[in-house]
Amino acid sequence: MSLTSINQQVKPVKSTPWGRYSIRSLALTYLIVFLIIPILVIFQDGLKEGLSGLWYQITLPAALHSLKLTLWTSAMMTVINTFMGTLTAYVMVRYVFPGKNLLNAIIDLPLAIPTLVTGVMLVIMFGPQEALGSWFNSNLGISIIFAPPGIILALLFITFPFIVRSVQPVLLEMDRAQEDAAATLGASSWSIFWNITRPYLTLPIASGALLSFARAIGEFGAIVIVAGNIPLLSQTAAVYVYGQVESENRLGASAVSLVMMAIAFSSIIFVNYLQKKSKRVG
Amino acid sequence: MIEKLFFLNKREKFYPEAEKPQGRGTIWARRILIFVVIAYIAGLILGPIITLVISAFEEGYQAVLVALSQPQVLSSMWMTFWIAIVVIIVHGFFGTVVSWVLVRDRFIGRGFLNGLIDIPFAVSPVVVGYMLLLLFGRNGIFAPVLNSLDIRVAFAVPGMVLATLFVTLPFMVRELVPVLEGLGINQEQAAATLGASGFQTFWRVTLPSLRPGIIYGLTLTFARALGEFGAVLVIGGGIIGRTETLTIFIFRALDDRQYISAYSAGLLLGLFSIVLVLGIDWLRRRAEN
Repeated sequence: MSLTSINQQVKPVKSTPWGRYSIRSLALTYLIVFLIIPILVIFQDGLKEGLSGLWYQITLPAALHSLKLTLWTSAMMTVINTFMGTLTAYVMVRYVFPGKNLLNAIIDLPLAIPTLVTGVMLVIMFGPQEALGSWFNSNLGISIIFAPPGIILALLFITFPFIVRSVQPVLLEMDRAQEDAAATLGASSWSIFWNITRPYLTLPIASGALLSFARAIGEFGAIVIVAGNIPLLSQTAAVYVYGQVESENRLGASAVSLVMMAIAFSSIIFVNYLQKKSKRVG
Repeated sequence: MIEKLFFLNKREKFYPEAEKPQGRGTIWARRILIFVVIAYIAGLILGPIITLVISAFEEGYQAVLVALSQPQVLSSMWMTFWIAIVVIIVHGFFGTVVSWVLVRDRFIGRGFLNGLIDIPFAVSPVVVGYMLLLLFGRNGIFAPVLNSLDIRVAFAVPGMVLATLFVTLPFMVRELVPVLEGLGINQEQAAATLGASGFQTFWRVTLPSLRPGIIYGLTLTFARALGEFGAVLVIGGGIIGRTETLTIFIFRALDDRQYISAYSAGLLLGLFSIVLVLGIDWLRRRAEN
């Protein structure tokens, strides 16, 4: 009793403003040095030749092809991942089957494995001299390694946990009463999923999908191994930038880096927006 | 949300047994869906991992040991290890400071900074390395200063440390911010009321509650630092024996067709990261129960 009254009377002693300011400036200095200056320098260097110079560098055939390849393989991965990720999350939450815990742990492995090692694994599995790779090549006429399908596979591996882990908690916390009501009224299970469950999942699916897309745009380690560095064929934007840096073509490297950075920025802003919105809805 | 994806601790609170999950659909529809998911995960994730294990041991385990004890492999392992150690020391300190400031302090631009923290998740590692080249390279912005002080950053270890610092920046902060938010300020206020100084309050009250979060965040930072490739390749140049990390060694060994070396080193790195991340996750869940 007396304790609480003391607590109410005495205002908490705040640390001195100087201590607070010095900690704040320490944090700000760290972020400015390690985060903001490096980001700004890309914008400064990319726009050095003006917008027309930037446009010229981006529209060079190899640069343009690498950007287009990056965008369409990432988009393709996002479509497949959205479908399989949502299905996986649904099965993991709603169904009971043996080995479920093990499967749940396996889903996280791509987050732990360095992406370069992912690339090595896929090359061994699907390389043209390997059993599976040569089977695909001779029977289906598809080459996977050093070609776009390999890029998509690598991206699928790396980003698989993103959508699953984004949808899973929402499904777990969802109130099932509406679904039960619909079932009682005779709705089919597909109709229940599409009309009742799916609307709850739209936001988490969208932010997971966007995050995996953003992550895919910048991927380098796995892709440089799986797709190699063949201009106008399997060279993605990150690999193109690497090539330009190696050949000391500063303008080309800066221009394509700037485009990739812009995509990364807008994705992160959009993901933050979606998450705020889903917090409000939830 | 991003922290939800990257940090395994906040996931999967499985339903208590009484409330067993029950999906819709006929028994066959369920079986088919479960089969599709298991087949997809087995093919996409387990398949490649198993293939790597088999290929590394193709010429017997002795070949793996011989490959891993080459001087180049050992020196690149040390390089990777030391960079990761420096990175967790720096992030251990500054990551805690930044998280504290983001949660407890109030100033203009705080929300903006909070959004910026996630940027390294999305920026390409190659671009990260290139940024640092623009700053510290031969014609870089800081080149005159560095030359007069005779410090080498690009194509040297300091640049590789900087690159790894950038790439791993979000992990500590995203781990600690929710913990700090959850702690609230009651205990800190009580300590302050009893006459503790700001530093004493932090050291005696806040820090002990943060310890599990810090350990977890540092483990993830360490694992991510071990696997970094693109950024350290661009800024370090991959000079054999001087700026070659284990990932860069794997890349070069593949190029030189030293397959057993590449596969063994890849297996070692992959296994170590998996054990690290899943191990800390397991320890944490055991501590919670």
